Amino acid sequence: MLAAIGVSSVQEIFERQIPEGVRLGRELDLPQGLSEQEVFAHLSQLAARNVSAEDELSFLGAGMYDHYVPALIDMLMERSEFLTPYTPYQPEISQGGLQVMFEYQTAISELTGLPVSNASTYEGPSAVAAAAYLAKLHNSKRRLVISAGLHPHTIETLRTLAHGYGMEVVQVPLTTGSAGAASGSTGGVTDPDAWAGAIDDDTSAAIFAQPNFYGAVEDAAALSAAAKDAGEPVVIAQVDPITLGILQPPGACGVDVAVGEGQPLGNRLDFGGPSFGFFAAREEYLRRMPGRIAGETVDVDGRRGFVLTLQTREQHIRREKATSNICTAQALNALAGVVYLAWLGRRGIVELGELLLARTHYARDKLAALAGVDKLHEQPVVREFALRLDADVAAVRGRCLAQGVNPGVDVHALSGRDEDRGVLLVAITERRSRADIDRLAEVLGAAVASERQAVPA
Amino acid sequence: MAEASYPEDLLYHPEHDWARIDVADPAVATLGITWYAQDSLGEVVFFDLPAVGASVSKDASYAEVESVKAVSDVIAPLSGEIVEVNEALADDPQKINEDPYGEGWLVKVRIADPAEREQLMDARAYAATLGG
Repeated sequence: MLAAIGVSSVQEIFERQIPEGVRLGRELDLPQGLSEQEVFAHLSQLAARNVSAEDELSFLGAGMYDHYVPALIDMLMERSEFLTPYTPYQPEISQGGLQVMFEYQTAISELTGLPVSNASTYEGPSAVAAAAYLAKLHNSKRRLVISAGLHPHTIETLRTLAHGYGMEVVQVPLTTGSAGAASGSTGGVTDPDAWAGAIDDDTSAAIFAQPNFYGAVEDAAALSAAAKDAGEPVVIAQVDPITLGILQPPGACGVDVAVGEGQPLGNRLDFGGPSFGFFAAREEYLRRMPGRIAGETVDVDGRRGFVLTLQTREQHIRREKATSNICTAQALNALAGVVYLAWLGRRGIVELGELLLARTHYARDKLAALAGVDKLHEQPVVREFALRLDADVAAVRGRCLAQGVNPGVDVHALSGRDEDRGVLLVAITERRSRADIDRLAEVLGAAVASERQAVPA
Repeated sequence: MAEASYPEDLLYHPEHDWARIDVADPAVATLGITWYAQDSLGEVVFFDLPAVGASVSKDASYAEVESVKAVSDVIAPLSGEIVEVNEALADDPQKINEDPYGEGWLVKVRIADPAEREQLMDARAYAATLGG
């Protein structure tokens, strides 16, 4: 081959083609190669420096949750037919893959109560941004009204992408009730007056979270209705899929597009990813939806088969007018999601929701009874709640971690917002038993007490 | 429509759109896409009807036609205001393939500038642009 192109060596090709001024001229500064055994030992040492949810009693949440992942999911995901292929470019040959997508879409559609779903997106926050883009394509308006109850990462992602869309983001605050006050406090949910006031005829979309970032269940039907009264926005809700077993589905609440983070469905925490996002909408938005969509049809012999459909929305055909510029997927994680939903079943997801509801309320009441710990709000919660600590949250967490208990997320450390100082976000999953919650109360109570004593009066 | 056809009574735009000036009211024109356009697109699956009252500008896109393999801008041969849209296409977009000059009409506009008609081609000139 070298002879065919008239050079004496590969080195000569580099010397002739790459200008001398950009050549490094020395060996790369890399350590010596290691044997497989040495690499294994080295990586094991590095891994041992991490603390995973398996190593401590964890009440971490804030968007990703430590649910039980049954062995069935690993078994199916590890099948090479699912694990090894990349996005099929002749998709109709991969009937099994398309069938999985179709079943996944059906499951998401049923869960959200919305007729159309795509084959998944990258993750939750970018799905919210994609929904905002759908709104812009639909109505060509430029204003996004968002609830402060959205996850801070979602808000950040949305602001970043909205800049590129040429859209303005207006944030509506949550109501402020007095934390820990007697019943009747209305704090902790999207302020209905500010919400209605912010939405007008120029609003492209109105976006809220359900439950919101602080765990509170919003009145989704009221928010949707108020939005439609004040203007004609596309109503978008970012929902926690695990709660859809017991909360009203977004489709029944006047929501036009329901998106969310799919991690709680069959995916582990995995230090934050990869996971998948889901995206479901009313039929009228079908042609503005991003992502792949699997369709069911019959072949020339009348046998059922699956195809990718509505591909004219996508970049390889529409280019800059496509519904999205994202060109990869986390289909394997979505597979875990649909297997999980099938495993859990219609009854299972309801039972799981009821169990979470009971344990979460038990946990909130038990922790709020501790000295120096108050509920941030009195709103109904499903699987997560916020507490206000009369002590430095980081210091309290440090004491708890030393006892092998991770009491939850230091919200100020996550959001950087002043109003989040002193707030701890506690998440409950079915893996946290009543005894675990009692242990949390014991450890947290002691940690808060110690910190309050340590601080001079 | 299987055979190529370019009716003599229409005016043509090089981007494969036609205009039929209303005999009864020359201020109104019916617009659509030509046989060549629908043949190139393939089976039309969706036509997003523009709004009545919207204005169209000559040489600019006013709507999109979606087929199984592509989404194409529809170019306005004349400027004006949309006074009627072909509602039947919402349920039956393949009329655009079957009868592009008849039942497959897209919109009717009130013409803003009759002089623009001079810039359009007749059937022969348009057919010539299509080559062999």
